[in-house]
Amino acid sequence: MLELAIGIILGACALGAGMAMIAGIGPGIGEGNAVAKACEAIGRQPECRSQVTTTMLMGCAVAETTGLYALVIAILLIFVAPGRLVDILLNAVGK
Amino acid sequence: MKKSNGQFKFVDCLLILMMLLPIAAGILLKVLTTPQKEGIVIEGAMIYCKIPFPVMPILITETQVNSWLIIISIIGLALYLTHGIRAGVETKRQYLAEWIVESCQKMVGSNMGGYFAGFAPFITAMLGLSAFSSLMSLTGLFPPTSDLNTTAGWAVLTFILITYYKMKCGPLVYLKSFADPPALTPLNIISEVATPISMAFRHYGNVLSGSVISVLVAAGLGGLSQTLLGKLPGFFGEFPFLRIGLPAVLSVYFDVFSGLLQAYIFAMLTMLYVAGAFPEEEYFKRHPKKGNA
Repeated sequence: MLELAIGIILGACALGAGMAMIAGIGPGIGEGNAVAKACEAIGRQPECRSQVTTTMLMGCAVAETTGLYALVIAILLIFVAPGRLVDILLNAVGK
Repeated sequence: MKKSNGQFKFVDCLLILMMLLPIAAGILLKVLTTPQKEGIVIEGAMIYCKIPFPVMPILITETQVNSWLIIISIIGLALYLTHGIRAGVETKRQYLAEWIVESCQKMVGSNMGGYFAGFAPFITAMLGLSAFSSLMSLTGLFPPTSDLNTTAGWAVLTFILITYYKMKCGPLVYLKSFADPPALTPLNIISEVATPISMAFRHYGNVLSGSVISVLVAAGLGGLSQTLLGKLPGFFGEFPFLRIGLPAVLSVYFDVFSGLLQAYIFAMLTMLYVAGAFPEEEYFKRHPKKGNA
């Protein structure tokens, strides 16, 4: 029975990590938009190339933040959470 | 112009040694202390020793050791670039040192304005430390920036600076800045706290995700190679041929490009936040004398 419970914990952690990374869609769309607009801007005004590139990289970095939050949650779920949860379970069972 | 064509002196050798020895020492330490492992694993910084302390023991981890090695290495680099500098002497390293100083001063001046011109050394130090920390993964060592504690420490430093410059006109102006539109006060407080958290997580997450993806790709290619070529006899069956090539390309992106970009972004955000936190008009209204400086 205990093995089943631990198996459910591990599986749920892995599933949760996978679901957390769905958040990667958002930054992908956002950064794609940013780069597309930057390309348009450079095409229209090639002399502003360096400034546009710098601003775009800044914007991309800020847009990436939500994706990185999801990444951190996923990494915590994979590497940290299973051990903690199994400990809690074992304590609750009393072993 | 005096003797300028790259005469190598004893001091130069010493300083270059000071630059390279820490990295070599780090590799040696890692080789000596890391236990043999089966396959490829992803794990955090190794703990070298614990110092007993009242509340909780202080851990001396790989992150701290590597950070100090990088600091010593950067001091060596800076001394090598700048020692014996004279006006009118044209050596390559003097050009390099002048280029670094001038471009950083220009960057700080254009992003923060004249009042913050004294910030150039701080920003340059942060940029260099962050960039070299991320580049350390090229030598196979644990990059300190892929530990949340390092980046969180830098972010806390930025947060202290932001708060200090917001307090420049006294605590009342500081408190009033939160209630700018009064209805949004809670949101303003949350965004104030979120600034250092997001800065720390951004840098840490980028470096860490790079190393995780590299390890996963390397492991996957090794497995694929074993399935495809494992039947071949002898050396051809054992050597993971598919692992040649693609991980190196990924490393160029994740270790070099992403690390340098994150260093630049961290320094840039520090500049923008600190400069944006300073209530310039209010301050110069109260201290008209300093406005000329």
